[in-house]
Amino acid sequence: MIAHSVFFYIFSLIAIVSAVMVTVSKNTVHSVFFLILDFISISCLFIMIGAEFLGMIMLIVYVGAVAVLFLFVVMMLNVAEQKGQWFSSRWDGGTHIPVGLLVSLIIFFELIIVIGGWKYKPDLLNSLSLNISTEVTNTKSIGNVLYTDYILLFQISGMILLVAMIGAIVLTFRERAGVKRQSYVKQISRERDEGVDLVEAERNKGVKIDG
Amino acid sequence: MDSYFSILFTEVYKILFLLVPVLVSVAMIVWLDRRVWAFVQKRRGPNVVGPFGLFQSLADALKYIFKEIIIPASSNKFVFVLAPVVTMTLALISWAVIPFGEDFVLADINVGILYLFAVSSLGVYGIIMGGWASNSKYPFLGAIRSAAQMVSYEVSIGVIIINVLLCVGSLNLSDIVMAQQNLWFVIPLFPMFVIFFISALAETNRPPFDLPEAEAELVAGYQTEYSGMMYAMFWLGEYANILLMCAMGAVLFLGGWLSPIDIFPFNDIPGPFWLIFKILFLFILFALVKATVPRYRYDQLMKLGWKIFLPFSLFYVVLTSSFLLYFDLLPGK
Repeated sequence: MIAHSVFFYIFSLIAIVSAVMVTVSKNTVHSVFFLILDFISISCLFIMIGAEFLGMIMLIVYVGAVAVLFLFVVMMLNVAEQKGQWFSSRWDGGTHIPVGLLVSLIIFFELIIVIGGWKYKPDLLNSLSLNISTEVTNTKSIGNVLYTDYILLFQISGMILLVAMIGAIVLTFRERAGVKRQSYVKQISRERDEGVDLVEAERNKGVKIDG
Repeated sequence: MDSYFSILFTEVYKILFLLVPVLVSVAMIVWLDRRVWAFVQKRRGPNVVGPFGLFQSLADALKYIFKEIIIPASSNKFVFVLAPVVTMTLALISWAVIPFGEDFVLADINVGILYLFAVSSLGVYGIIMGGWASNSKYPFLGAIRSAAQMVSYEVSIGVIIINVLLCVGSLNLSDIVMAQQNLWFVIPLFPMFVIFFISALAETNRPPFDLPEAEAELVAGYQTEYSGMMYAMFWLGEYANILLMCAMGAVLFLGGWLSPIDIFPFNDIPGPFWLIFKILFLFILFALVKATVPRYRYDQLMKLGWKIFLPFSLFYVVLTSSFLLYFDLLPGK
């Protein structure tokens, strides 16, 4: 049990320190690296309480895919150059401070509600209508709940994500003229007759091509 | 406290018992790769150091150890040093869940296949960190290419894994092997095996998908600024990843440690030998592909991953699940 709590405190310390470092560090790429460290230590905490499925999904989805895209954007956009302008009046897009304040206030109130709800945790756990059995693996128990009782909500959230994805693609897609595209079918089905043209060239005149 | 230390020591012993052979076989596999490659091109390949040139990798390693490690002045030094360490560590920790035989596995965890998938998806960070920290154009381009490529092909590998899991009904790797006692999954899921093999080539940056280190365009991609032992660590990590992908293919499709036919002379051979034999078979296929196929163009690579492999493997998920449902073969009821 001692080893268990030692590991718990190690992982939570890493998680908290790296979460602070995400906001504090000057270099944005370092921020993303700390975010990744935070995700990894939180998935370790998930595994320690026995939710190995959640921990692994956290690694695959957040670290393996989402954070890679974060890194992409941060590396490509050169955020460091714009950073100084965001809070100054020189930037013509208006200042970000009101929106940022609003979002952080909402998150703050949410946190307060969560911590307040901690007091009622035993009541909540007792009143659970789902019977969670400890005998089957947690992958199976999540699946049993997700694909039976909550199948509609699950499907709807999937559809919303799909619509959001397609919407993002449609909004950012622009057709450019003069882009050469390769069509495998066209290439393979090309015959000699259409590719080669035998021309009887006249003396001292030559042949005009592309005519 | 005493029992805690004894557990710790047995675990460390077990880990060493696994890791040392893996590292040695990674060195040997480099030799095998170069040999196969040479034979296809009618050359001799490395044949000077030791019998058949077997100690070539040792000689190379010795050379790398004595070379100077140069850290570019404008690089981000901490991340620069961390990148090969991350690559190497991630390539080695995934071996913990590979089952070499019945009850012959370091960590027999419930979500073994998810663990493998998660660790292999983390592998991209070693490359991105190396490319970014070098603070130079070619490594950065190589890292960006590699990241996009690995994220794309992971998607189709994930869907292929779902195909196998539908037939097994468990995420445990030992269960996946035991489910293939009657029929290896390579037979009913043959198209998925082919796509898995090609995606594994892309995931490990092997030719014909070695665009991240395409020497004609990018010098050596994300490894350009690395030298000495740090370069060797990237290189060893890459080969350890290739071996791991072969092991994953062997466990998912070729029946892991099971013998091909369950009759006397074959089923008497211990399981680890069968697994190693299958891994070697897949690896030789990897080497032959490297020797025969020219490099893809980048848009062709993306087209193959997103427009051909992903829809096809999604279609196959529907096919597999409807087949299992129709004939009432769904596991775990």
